[in-house]
Amino acid sequence: MGSRALAAFGLRFLLPVLAALVVGGLLLLAFGADPIGYYATVVERGLLSPIGLQASVTRSAPLLLIAAGLIVAFRAGLWNLGADGQFLLAAVFVAAVAPPLAGRVPHWLMLPAAFAVGAAVAALWSLVPALLKALEGVNEIVSTLMASFLGVSLANVLIKLPFNDPTTTVPQTATLAVDQRLARFPGTTVHWGVLLGLVAVIAVHLLLERTAFGLRLRVLGENPRAARHVGLPVRRLTVAAFALSAGLIGLAGAVEVLGVQGSLRADWNPAYGLLVVPLVFLARLNGWATIATVLFFAVLMIGGESAARRTGVPTYYLLVQVALMLLAFAAVRAVEARRGRG
Amino acid sequence: MSGAAPAAEPPAVVLKGLTRRFPGVLAADAVSLEIRAGEVHALLGENGAGKSTLIGLLSGLLQPDAGEIRVDGRPVTIASPRAARRLGIGTVHQKLLLVPSLTALENLLLGAPWWRPVDRRGALRRFEALRGLLAAAVPPDVPVGRLALGQQQQVEIMRALWHGERILLLDEPTAMLTPEGVRELAAVIGRLRAQGLAVVLITHKLGEAFDLADRVSVLRRGRVVGALSPAEVATLDRRAATARVIGWMFGRTEAQGGEVPLRPRPPVDRSGPPLLDLRMASVRGEAGEPALRDLSLRLWPGEVVGVAGVDGNGQTQLAEALAGQRPLSGGALILDGRDVSALGVAGRRAAGVRYLTDDRLGEGSVATLPLSLNLLLERIGQPPFWRRGLPQDRPIAENARHLIAAHDVRAPSEATPAGSLSGGNLQKLLLAREADPAARLLILNKPTTGLDLQATRRTRALIRAGGGTAGAALLVVSNELDELLETCDRIAVMEGGRICGIVDAGPGAEAAVGRLMLADRAA
Repeated sequence: MGSRALAAFGLRFLLPVLAALVVGGLLLLAFGADPIGYYATVVERGLLSPIGLQASVTRSAPLLLIAAGLIVAFRAGLWNLGADGQFLLAAVFVAAVAPPLAGRVPHWLMLPAAFAVGAAVAALWSLVPALLKALEGVNEIVSTLMASFLGVSLANVLIKLPFNDPTTTVPQTATLAVDQRLARFPGTTVHWGVLLGLVAVIAVHLLLERTAFGLRLRVLGENPRAARHVGLPVRRLTVAAFALSAGLIGLAGAVEVLGVQGSLRADWNPAYGLLVVPLVFLARLNGWATIATVLFFAVLMIGGESAARRTGVPTYYLLVQVALMLLAFAAVRAVEARRGRG
Repeated sequence: MSGAAPAAEPPAVVLKGLTRRFPGVLAADAVSLEIRAGEVHALLGENGAGKSTLIGLLSGLLQPDAGEIRVDGRPVTIASPRAARRLGIGTVHQKLLLVPSLTALENLLLGAPWWRPVDRRGALRRFEALRGLLAAAVPPDVPVGRLALGQQQQVEIMRALWHGERILLLDEPTAMLTPEGVRELAAVIGRLRAQGLAVVLITHKLGEAFDLADRVSVLRRGRVVGALSPAEVATLDRRAATARVIGWMFGRTEAQGGEVPLRPRPPVDRSGPPLLDLRMASVRGEAGEPALRDLSLRLWPGEVVGVAGVDGNGQTQLAEALAGQRPLSGGALILDGRDVSALGVAGRRAAGVRYLTDDRLGEGSVATLPLSLNLLLERIGQPPFWRRGLPQDRPIAENARHLIAAHDVRAPSEATPAGSLSGGNLQKLLLAREADPAARLLILNKPTTGLDLQATRRTRALIRAGGGTAGAALLVVSNELDELLETCDRIAVMEGGRICGIVDAGPGAEAAVGRLMLADRAA
């Protein structure tokens, strides 16, 4: 990297990140918290301590899969904002089928079956918004959000009624035995779902950049009228992009159940879906950059959860931090665009 | 002619050695020009000659790399469009920049600072004053989307002069106007000149330049290569002036190449079955569009048929219906003896239909994708460019290089994004994509819009030679009658979504088409 490229990297990446941290720090100060102490705790607990680092990496597994799903949809110009409903429904069905399956079929068969169930449930849940968009042109931002609310509620009902484990006192699904869950890397708490997430993001990136199918999706996303003009099967592509997007998000639900949770309680909703949206935009829908932003955010999340207990700054502050970064990146871009014009 | 008055008064704007580079291009190369009050100054040049760059530099959208701009004798920096307006320079861009759902008056008030209350009465007074100045028939309280294009342009001119600007830049103002609109614009320009404004006019059409301008400057590859003074414009006869300008624009040899008389088109054999048989076709119109009603049209192999008519009488709907972008609501489309009415765009393409759209940016291209992929949008996934779903970079690039060279698309490379091409070059790119030897029916919607003289000539020659196809039928939609007369065997005239007559090309065709267009309008 030459000094010029280094300067450009500093200007485009380090400067906005630093600016966002400084502004965020001033906000913390204004609310009476110690920003240095807070940031130090976040970094120490999320990145530097072995347990924290492992938790951060583990947390990134579902986030990466959701990011992969969002990138597919967004680059096809389809605003799938229903990730939370798709994620939760997939998770609930996986939590319902995995424990009984685990007793009947071998582990190597149970896992793919559970993943398939997760992907299929989420893809099916996306079918209504997808068809409404493809056939009637109904705005998918609205329909996916609505489907998401319904999906979250339905997941809750499913846990309380049909999938409830009667042996427990609180409403929750049957628990998947620990030895039936996703294997961990030796000597760590990190399960191999993280690899699945990494592979999914990279695969989606290559699919979009280096295949005919991906190019069709990009044409649809960049200029839907051109897609129609050149005779692309717009309806089929719309449904396919939605199914692929939701399917990947469903895998995220499966990974979270099979790798971490083991069973689901009613009212459990981590709402990862909308958290990941700014991350893929920070990465400008680029797969490699998305891996970086997701890992970064996973560290913030884990560190922030610890810091919340220690310093009293609520975890929601992390969203403020991410929003500040988005604004800072946008500001740098605007300045660049203005200079380029002059 | 060149009396003492202009010499006594300093020019309104002076450009001295103005230079602007873009990656790989010297768009303005030490340009020096004088723009005088009370004078219409036409800038001529082919696509990419640097005309729009000069407009950009004068209107504050671009900054020069070197050189000087003087306004009223003072050197100035035009840092932004707002700065340009403060210096009294108003611009009407090629694309209309009006909000269609707002009225003319509301559009004109958009530039006002947000903290200042809207002074409707004052604005209306200014509107009336400008309307009187332009002698324009524009209602202040109708959404501009409902106005004719010529009227919308008059609103743009009013906006450019809203704060009393004395220098008016018009970037290809006639490109989208009907002949009637051009006449109105000419009258407006004449009145502004009489009021002592300086007008800069960019155009591709020599005739317009000589009709409207006092002074003509010719640009080529970013340099001023020739100019006609007011005395010369007034005294030279049209032919001599045209020959000189064309000589400057293209160099001598090319200018003379254009004088070669056209070979007559070979006779069309209509004894066999028609290649295209459109039978009583109907298409529903969307809001504000004419529907097509009971339209019948037959084209034989090797034939070129033109579609004439005033813009907005169903020409584009016909083209889109043939291409499969609009379903037929009645009737049938028979291609090579096969009923293809039910097929969509992809199916029609497979049957040999190719469609050059007139909406190059809106649907013809994907701005962010490179030229190489834009040339293959209709063939994504097909060999030899893709194999097992994966792109084959070398065939893709070679195909692009070949077409870019063959159609003289001026671009740094095939990896350039389509969005950075000028309008004329994008048009060439799309023509390169659709002029496919495998085509059976080639539909060309306004094929020479935005092209310079040389490219227009080449494109018309290509159409006369069958559009690069092997014996396909060609349908050419155009609102330039001379283009249809030059290229077509027959010309159909459309009015209100119907074909009201078909004329054989040849002596007397112009009058016959004119009669059809006028007769149906009067009815």
